[in-house]
Amino acid sequence: MTPLDDSYLNMDLLRFTTAGSVDDGKSTLIGRLLYDSKSTFEDQIEAVEATSRKRGDERVNLALLTDGLRAEREQGITIDVAYRYFATPKRKFIIADTPGHIQYTRNMVTGASTANLAIILVDARTGVIEQTCRHAFIADLLRIRHVILAVNKMDLVDYSEQRFTEIVEDFKRFASRLDSIVDMVAIPISALHGDNVVEKSQHMDWYEGPTMLYHLETVYIGSDHNHVDARLPVQWVIRPQSDEHHDFRGYAGRVAGGVFRPGDEVVVQPSGFSTRIKTIETYDGPQAETFAPLSCTITLEDEIDISRGDMIVKQNNPPQKGQEIEAMICWFSESTQLSPNSKYYLRHTSKEVKAIVKEVRYKVNVNTLHKIEDDKTFRLNEIGRISLRTSAPLLYDSYRRNRATGSFILVDSQTNETVAAGMIV
Amino acid sequence: MDAERHSYRVNHLAQLESEAIFILRETAAQFERPALLFSGGKDSIVMAHLARKAFHPARLPFPLLHVDTGHNFQETLDYRDRYVADLRAELVVAYVQDSIDQGRVQEEKGPFASRNSLQTVTLLDAIEANQYDACLGGGRRDEEKARAKERFFSHRDDFGQWDPKNQRPELWNLFNGRKHHGEHFRVFPLSNWTEMDVWQYIKSEDIPLPSLYFSHRRDVVHRSGALLAISEVVEPQPGERVEEGAVVRFRTIGDMTCTGAVYSEAADLDTIIHEVATARQTERGTRADDKRSETAMEDRKKEGYF
Repeated sequence: MTPLDDSYLNMDLLRFTTAGSVDDGKSTLIGRLLYDSKSTFEDQIEAVEATSRKRGDERVNLALLTDGLRAEREQGITIDVAYRYFATPKRKFIIADTPGHIQYTRNMVTGASTANLAIILVDARTGVIEQTCRHAFIADLLRIRHVILAVNKMDLVDYSEQRFTEIVEDFKRFASRLDSIVDMVAIPISALHGDNVVEKSQHMDWYEGPTMLYHLETVYIGSDHNHVDARLPVQWVIRPQSDEHHDFRGYAGRVAGGVFRPGDEVVVQPSGFSTRIKTIETYDGPQAETFAPLSCTITLEDEIDISRGDMIVKQNNPPQKGQEIEAMICWFSESTQLSPNSKYYLRHTSKEVKAIVKEVRYKVNVNTLHKIEDDKTFRLNEIGRISLRTSAPLLYDSYRRNRATGSFILVDSQTNETVAAGMIV
Repeated sequence: MDAERHSYRVNHLAQLESEAIFILRETAAQFERPALLFSGGKDSIVMAHLARKAFHPARLPFPLLHVDTGHNFQETLDYRDRYVADLRAELVVAYVQDSIDQGRVQEEKGPFASRNSLQTVTLLDAIEANQYDACLGGGRRDEEKARAKERFFSHRDDFGQWDPKNQRPELWNLFNGRKHHGEHFRVFPLSNWTEMDVWQYIKSEDIPLPSLYFSHRRDVVHRSGALLAISEVVEPQPGERVEEGAVVRFRTIGDMTCTGAVYSEAADLDTIIHEVATARQTERGTRADDKRSETAMEDRKKEGYF
């Protein structure tokens, strides 16, 4: 056997989300990516073949590769967010597979919250429809910078270049109103037959762009984290209380933005005390720097009272601090509704506070993007803007500037359920 | 600019490590009495290694909990005791035999009896007796279809059951561990890891493993498509094919009655990684417990299996 080099230990990781309705062939596309990139195993393929035969499908139904729970198999639809994994020699991929119908808006929001890239599927026969706009709006709202517009079922429109161009123009007209999306690539595909998914299509010579997999493997995602505004939300204080480490106080957390190095002048919020970073500690020895999104432990020159929920930041670049919060939210609860004066627990970075809804500014019709100002109650899957007052100050940035310090969830104090996702304006 | 970009690159293993350490710390912070489920299998070994890194230079702020079916490979138990001593961690062992003696469970009868399904009762009893409110497990979403929708913080009702329709959404880095009295959580820091990631991480971190994972000679019996190690709890039945001194290794390590071996010459990490990369069967393909039905895992999860 040839010895392996170690490059496989050092790959990029790309997280992407897929949005599209059952009929757009989303599950078939994911099945095709897994199958053609040889990320599926014999026992999985055998199980799918057996199920396809039992259902009387004409060909092996690749969509079944991604069908998770029994209820979904019975109903033939996807009802939650499922995570799939595959790798090529260049990158590892995590797919957040979410259903696209309007009743699953919350699932799309969930899947999008951790994604670098969104694949928006369009049926070449129907073109850009309401739900395409909704998917693009959600990708933009959640600040996904990279979008692939996958025009699927090209085989059913005779692989027509003209049809493809029309759809792309329609989409661009709409997407020009969305400013988070800095990079959009449109690809004509047939997930069913495999055209331009992993292999280049034999039917569309007019298309000179990348296949979907090639684009996923090469799109530049290195600048997706904020490396400007240094933010370390303290998650846990490490105090060994052993003879060996008698005075050790380590502040552990995941860097939410920027870069920290030993010697940096830092301020601990909300107390406002300033000090310097003494060391960046790890099990593998001291480090020269740490940055988003790494988990780290730092020690400080001065002994300061610091606990979970505090934030360590750089001297001349503080986050915003306040109790009046303006935010876009998506409502997640089936059983309860949000309206002015509702109270919740609010979780933001490593902090939890109480929050009261001061005002519902407006809701958004997610199909037309029109504002709704005469209905102040949020029901399941509704998106809009509210203002909140918190019981203690939050240390935050706008979501546009930093996903990690600009996002929060609302938790129902009776049921403990997560009832809303919030993005600070 | 390019140089700067380069220095802030975080490769896939570092991202997964960073995420898992975040989850481990979040578990310690949000719960009063967490425990780390430790089986001596590679996933729980990686998890314990990550926990050591998460809380360094302090000791783990939670004990390791081992559910011992009494049908473990001796190599696993020896490894466990060495590793726990090295970690300076607290080890709690819950015995399936005790559940049998107390009449909490009925042992399966016959030559194909397995204690695998009995573990669930022993685990839930141990959770209740020790009042654990969060159990860290090594489950990964890539293992099986029912796990693809599992959360990092997986809510269990006061019967320890998992309801796939009543799981909390997880957005960004925000995890909601609030619970009512009697409820608890299973927490899965390795959710986003694949089998390959685990092996690559073991290699890059140079983590020692039980010898069962590496190629060795062993007497095995062919049973329902799996190769089981012959032992006092797995005895060949008339008509079953026995192979003496087969060259095998284990891809997963669990109860001897249901953990199948694979033919393999892979004797070191590099050859194992190569083998995993070219494998045509999932690792659970060697597990007899999943073969009972297509939704076997989903059914066991609902009852409170890991």
